[in-house]
Amino acid sequence: MSMSETQNVAEIKARNKELINEVLQVYPEKTAKRRAKHLNVHEAGKSDCGVKSNLKSIPGVMTIRGCAYAGSKGVVWGPIKDMIHISHGPVGCGQYSWAARRNYYIGTTGIDTFVTMQFTSDFQEKDIVFGGDKKLAKIIDEIQDLFPLNNGISIQSECPIGLIGDDIEAVSKVKSKEYEGKTIVPVRCEGFRGVSQSLGHHIANDAIRDWVFDKAEGKDAPAGFEATPYDVAIIGDYNIGGDAWSSRILLEEMGLRVIAQWSGDGTLAELEATPKAKLNVLHCYRSMNYISRHMEEKYGIPWCEYNFFGPSKIAESLRKIASYFDDKIKEGAERVIAKYQALVDDVIAKYRPRLEGKTVMLFVGGLRPRHVIGAYEDLGMEVVGTGYEFGHNDDYQRTAQHYVKDGTLIYDDVTGYEFEKFVEKVQPDLVGSGIKEKYVFQKMGVPFRQMHSWDYSGPYHGYDGFAIFARDMDMAINAPVWKMAETPWKAKPKPHLMAAE
Amino acid sequence: MTQSAENVLDHFELFRGPEYQSMLANKRELFENRRDPAEVERVREWAKTAEYQEKNFAREALTINPAKACQPLGAVFAAVGFEGTLPFVHGSQGCVAYYRSHFSRHFKEPTSCVSSSMTEDAAVFGGLNNMIDGLANTYSMYKPKMIAVSTTCMAEVIGDDLNAFIKTAKEKGSVPEAFDVPFAHTPAFVGSHVTGYDNALKGILEHFWDGKAGTAPKVERQPNGKINFIGGFDGYTVGNIREIKRIFDLMGVEYTILGDNSDVWDTPTDGEFRMYDGGTTLEDAAAAVHAKATLSMQEYCTEKTLPFIAGHGHETVSFNHPVGVAGTDRFLMEVARLTGTEIPDALARERGRLVDAIADSSSHIHGKKFALYGDPDLCLGLAAFLLELGAEPTHVLATNGSKGWAAKMQELFDSSPFGKNCKAYPGRDLWHMRSLLFTEPVDYLIGNTYGKYLERDTGTPLIRIGFPIFDRHHHHRYPVWGYQGGLNVLVRILDKIFDTFDANTNIPSKSDYSFDIIR
Repeated sequence: MSMSETQNVAEIKARNKELINEVLQVYPEKTAKRRAKHLNVHEAGKSDCGVKSNLKSIPGVMTIRGCAYAGSKGVVWGPIKDMIHISHGPVGCGQYSWAARRNYYIGTTGIDTFVTMQFTSDFQEKDIVFGGDKKLAKIIDEIQDLFPLNNGISIQSECPIGLIGDDIEAVSKVKSKEYEGKTIVPVRCEGFRGVSQSLGHHIANDAIRDWVFDKAEGKDAPAGFEATPYDVAIIGDYNIGGDAWSSRILLEEMGLRVIAQWSGDGTLAELEATPKAKLNVLHCYRSMNYISRHMEEKYGIPWCEYNFFGPSKIAESLRKIASYFDDKIKEGAERVIAKYQALVDDVIAKYRPRLEGKTVMLFVGGLRPRHVIGAYEDLGMEVVGTGYEFGHNDDYQRTAQHYVKDGTLIYDDVTGYEFEKFVEKVQPDLVGSGIKEKYVFQKMGVPFRQMHSWDYSGPYHGYDGFAIFARDMDMAINAPVWKMAETPWKAKPKPHLMAAE
Repeated sequence: MTQSAENVLDHFELFRGPEYQSMLANKRELFENRRDPAEVERVREWAKTAEYQEKNFAREALTINPAKACQPLGAVFAAVGFEGTLPFVHGSQGCVAYYRSHFSRHFKEPTSCVSSSMTEDAAVFGGLNNMIDGLANTYSMYKPKMIAVSTTCMAEVIGDDLNAFIKTAKEKGSVPEAFDVPFAHTPAFVGSHVTGYDNALKGILEHFWDGKAGTAPKVERQPNGKINFIGGFDGYTVGNIREIKRIFDLMGVEYTILGDNSDVWDTPTDGEFRMYDGGTTLEDAAAAVHAKATLSMQEYCTEKTLPFIAGHGHETVSFNHPVGVAGTDRFLMEVARLTGTEIPDALARERGRLVDAIADSSSHIHGKKFALYGDPDLCLGLAAFLLELGAEPTHVLATNGSKGWAAKMQELFDSSPFGKNCKAYPGRDLWHMRSLLFTEPVDYLIGNTYGKYLERDTGTPLIRIGFPIFDRHHHHRYPVWGYQGGLNVLVRILDKIFDTFDANTNIPSKSDYSFDIIR
């Protein structure tokens, strides 16, 4: 049973503050001082969540974060389906990220699309010693030979590339020339750069700016492309479990024309066409605000953040997007909201009674630590703790100003120890985080959903996705298995954390 | 609109509805600048040809869909097999996120591991401070009994010296002087995950046996009658180690499992998260030097460890992931010989049951052609079992297999009439395998989860055996070693064969005369 049901806000705040002090006890002094800045209890009315963010993770604490390569290859570039993305360096990075993110796409894999394949230069000792540029050049030749229908190549740098002084930019230029101006994009996303995935997103955005946009300038629009006043691009949707599709359908139903998806189920042609959009609609602000700002500055395209999790935020977002257009689109937005109202009512009627009052703790990346809060609230649930794997202060500002309630526990770049301790004490009804966290909490008897991969379900975006979201949260929380975690002939064990013993 | 609260459709069905189908067709038509479908079809067919295969096999630089991972993954595997041990990987932090995810996706279990989180400044100045702070934090927070250090390629490229760093960290008080911090350099650009397993295990044994990096006297070996058992990097470690323990207990053998991952990757859901569970105790790891002999179940996982152990006076014996009757026979007879025990009748009866099962079923497998890929030892073990079943392991591929491995495979092929047309492919990847499956088709494919792409593209039914298995659950709980393990493998193969029979004979009034109720 959730503590928040029996406590008022002041008590919750006091409890959360005490909890933060308690977890800090475990650290050596220097570390405790650093970690203290990343933990807080949200105060209503404040402009941000009162935590430091986007700082280096502390060695040895078991951060949940990944690296710049993960942010570039794994997030931004990997889903571009008609290009081949080379994991340049040793074999592991590409292997562990191979097809693991469920960026859905349509295409003949290995022939005209390549998302769920692992292309690697599989660096050996000699490549480290003598450099890998010649090997890279040869790899591009071999790709051209074996995959003639690829529309472009990106080079995703792993750690050694930047350390051994390879010049992948030079190789890219030479090879691009050799192959009649082919798009070949060198990306300096070595894993040691920056403090998390986040810099990888930025580097990947910049690479699109420098090696796709600048190159496409002066080129004609793709064959058959005729601009309309209603052209928009979906930015920052990776089509995990089909999220971009269940979003696109709503935009099209309201009368807009989606000319590009960034980057789930996306193509090079869509990237190149995006500067012709009238509006960029941005879902994952964290990973793609950079390119949106660039397009605003350079091409005068406005951008608009939106949130397609849960009917309240979807309706709000549809109206916000429509406000950039004429009455036809505004009416379209209302029509779409009305069309799905019956589905929304049915979903809420079915699931809200089962989920009312249940509490949730989140720890995810990108936009989800705030964006999904509305969807939970539509189901009568309450998010009592949240934090970002790699957020920046602008994420925490948005969170504070539009999403979290007074007294919410906030934890930035949470460590394994802190997260276990928080969950153990707060006893939420559900934890939403990643694969590394999933089994930790399930062992503790706490229902869990992966909120990166949708636990292999989805989509969760849009009205169609909301029905799936509601079903999944219900099946997580109300699964009979959680009643069986306690051994009946044993006394109820105390909440227990091995690491704290 | 197809979605409803009554019957919630997710990605499996949602997008097949007419609204989504027309939306996707429009996207393709108007915005994707996609290739002409006829051209796509032409290339798809061309990629099946011998001409394409020739180009494909001529590749010198590009690797596509390899069946191997990098060293530190193996180091983490080895480390968590020891009691209360937290693996600590020195270098970039993203790597550790990947290892933890990779293991959790396979075992459906938590995997604890920390990183020293090196970034740009460490790339310039070295990661000493990261080691000092990292060890101190790990020790305070997670109260491990041992911290086993390995490296990512970043730390290797800049040349960080683990021995010196750990020594300095101890001097700075990160962990007590006597606290166990074994280490191994595990460069990702050398070998594969099996190499990392080897290096890490050797590092741990070296630590305990050879004076803890100069901080303790070397252990004087006093030989006893025990044997040590090393499983190697093994996706079935949970089931396999338990089966091996059962067999040893049945035989009355005194043994030490060096690296026992069977509990840490199979913890109960009972309200408690066990960050550490089971594992070889540190006392046992140290005392293992006194054993009379050490067995390695996987030669290519212990290429350095086993000679190291032999150097301490042990008789060493290695196997190649034995699966099936003859492999298990040899394993048991070696154990009996080394320990002077007798193989109990209970095991003879288990053997007989496996032979019985093969006799019952082999007519469905006899003469069938198989393609097989995986780690070098697994390939040898499974190929030997296939030959026992009268099957032909036509293509056997190990991305991390050496020429020496290929020669060993050839010896195996030569030992059986069923190996006549079989070939080993060292250092090749799954894109090579794709060509082989088109130009020289086989009846079944054995491999890990990634094999499903080959199954989809070539129509070769996939039998999932290997690592990782992400898309089927709980296989790791069932052994593939011992006669019981052989039975599990046999059943897995047969189930796929019978499912394939049924799927190929289920069209009413066309093929369903063979849709037999008894097979």
